[in-house]
Amino acid sequence: MNRIDSRFAALRASNRAALIPFITAGDPDPSWTAAIMHALVGSGADLLELGVPFSDPAADGPVIQAASERAIARGVSLARVLEIVAAFREEDDQTPVVLMGYLNPIERFGHAEFAQRAGRAGVDGILMVDCPPEEMAHLRGELDAHGIHPICLVAPTTTVDRMESIARQAGGYIYYVSFKGITGANRLEQSSLAGPVAELRRHTSLPLAVGFGIKGPDSAAAVSGLADGVVIGSALIECLAQATSEPEACERVAEFLAPIRAAMDNSRI
Amino acid sequence: MSIESEAAVQQSFEPDESGHFGPYGGTYVSETLIHAHEELKEAYYRWRSDEEFMARLDADLANYVGRPSPIYFARRLTEVAGGARIMLKREDLNHTGAHKINNTVGQALLADYMGKSRIIAETGAGQHGVASATVAARMGKSCVVYMGEVDIRRQAINVFRMKLLGAEVRPVTSGSKTLKDALNEAIRDWVTNVDDTFYIIGTVAGAHPYPVMVRDFNAIVGREARRQMIGQYETLPDVLVACVGGGSNALGLFHPFLGDKDVRMVGVEAAGHGLHTSQHAASLCAGRPGVLHGCRTYLMDDDAGQIVHTHSVSAGLDYPGVGPEHAWLKDTGRAEYVGVTDDEAMAAFHQLTRLEGILPALESSHAVAYGMKLAAEMRPDQVILINLSGRGDKDVQTVAELEGITL
Repeated sequence: MNRIDSRFAALRASNRAALIPFITAGDPDPSWTAAIMHALVGSGADLLELGVPFSDPAADGPVIQAASERAIARGVSLARVLEIVAAFREEDDQTPVVLMGYLNPIERFGHAEFAQRAGRAGVDGILMVDCPPEEMAHLRGELDAHGIHPICLVAPTTTVDRMESIARQAGGYIYYVSFKGITGANRLEQSSLAGPVAELRRHTSLPLAVGFGIKGPDSAAAVSGLADGVVIGSALIECLAQATSEPEACERVAEFLAPIRAAMDNSRI
Repeated sequence: MSIESEAAVQQSFEPDESGHFGPYGGTYVSETLIHAHEELKEAYYRWRSDEEFMARLDADLANYVGRPSPIYFARRLTEVAGGARIMLKREDLNHTGAHKINNTVGQALLADYMGKSRIIAETGAGQHGVASATVAARMGKSCVVYMGEVDIRRQAINVFRMKLLGAEVRPVTSGSKTLKDALNEAIRDWVTNVDDTFYIIGTVAGAHPYPVMVRDFNAIVGREARRQMIGQYETLPDVLVACVGGGSNALGLFHPFLGDKDVRMVGVEAAGHGLHTSQHAASLCAGRPGVLHGCRTYLMDDDAGQIVHTHSVSAGLDYPGVGPEHAWLKDTGRAEYVGVTDDEAMAAFHQLTRLEGILPALESSHAVAYGMKLAAEMRPDQVILINLSGRGDKDVQTVAELEGITL
């Protein structure tokens, strides 16, 4: 069974929402990433989204753009990201890992080769921001062969008809983009989430994660009342960017994540 | 050879319903923008078969752009090249100085029909930015143009023109600070302001329906040229030559001739310092298929799939991708693609200026350079038609700097 499915099943059984931190692989230092992933798990993360750096991240705001540029400058390629996942898997065979990014690095790898190596490294899902389900047929076939879920996005602009079709094609969980905009923007309006989340639930039994604009304990707690998972990216990356050593980076993410975990759990009591 | 065969020709080169030209094209955009592309597709396909819309477009092209643009026989250039007769399609004579206005007039009209009050655009050389700011001014719409910081320095005059026209020019400081990054930034704006904003893409790239729509709006160039050749010279050209960055002027010229099997088509890419160096922008000649800015196409990337920095003396060709229809024309062999270096383009710039009194854009100078080379290998009874896609006034500063002259 895919780790994403078993993790969400366990969370559902204990009435908890998934805390899903997003970090850009290799930022601020490629040799720290596996340790940072462990620190995230140690402070309450249920699933990890690992950003694959890309030169042209058109859906991302300045924080993740800068993280991508730093990682690329340090030579972080998709191959290196898979090595990082494999290193993480040596000590953690339970926490699901999802790669998030843009299609071209996978194109360069080749779909079959990528799926095989990602499966071997211990990747559980991939979310390609610039690859809607309509363009995914070939890649999906290869991912299926290695038990990797294609994670799909739903946005505030997604029509009801389309929600239905996305729900049919998605695996693992569905990622609901909370507002029209780029990652890290300050546009989250919790009141506008309830409607679309309820609509989406009519079309799927997959868990729903909400991301974009969630920055701290309050917004995370509020969203976890509605959704099965809460994604936090830009705010976490900003806090990581200031670290000057691996232990400091791990300490920082633990300090950042622990209060969010507590707030989310309290909101569900 | 007849004028009527144009319609049939265009039909057979349409992409599939989701915008695929063979394995190229498609809609590789984030979920938030899918609806905007659907909405645009619906509007475009509806209005392009609407008589009133098309009549307004034709009137704008005639009275505002100044069409038709003539075909000019470049007698002295022909003599110096020594071979086939060289004809120039004079897109440089259009309002704002390039073919870019054909597309922006069309898209701005569409924006109006769709009730969008705000226009955004990306620009490299500034020609598309100026053409967008121009139509926005005329239609009373607000306009934001994204432009790389490097290009802003290279094209100061066009930046000022856009400001005079009332547009806000936003400098882009991410990545290589050139055209590709301006596109990223425009996409980020669109995703944020998708309800009231119309994104005027300047070339035949991007996600469906942009490659089709921009091609169609520019196809007036090829339709006119075909009629003019038949009407004035009673022959079709043997070869069409046009420069290719994203590829809109080339496709505009090529498309109406696609069914004329004896007409050869050559797209000229920017070979910068040479195709053997890494300093060029020739994605069809030296790149490979990948996915960038909404479509699958030839592009320039490294082994990790990161898009690389390109180089060309002309900002308008300095882009690491190319329109997906060109990728398909290359693979099917219907069109050929070659490279011309910075130095060759500069030489052609001077030759055309001195021999014909026509100052070409550095982009178009690439086509002139290859056209002359090709003419020398052909017979005097043959005809080469070069798309002179823009005028070179905007490049005067660049040329002076390259030659160490202080103005």
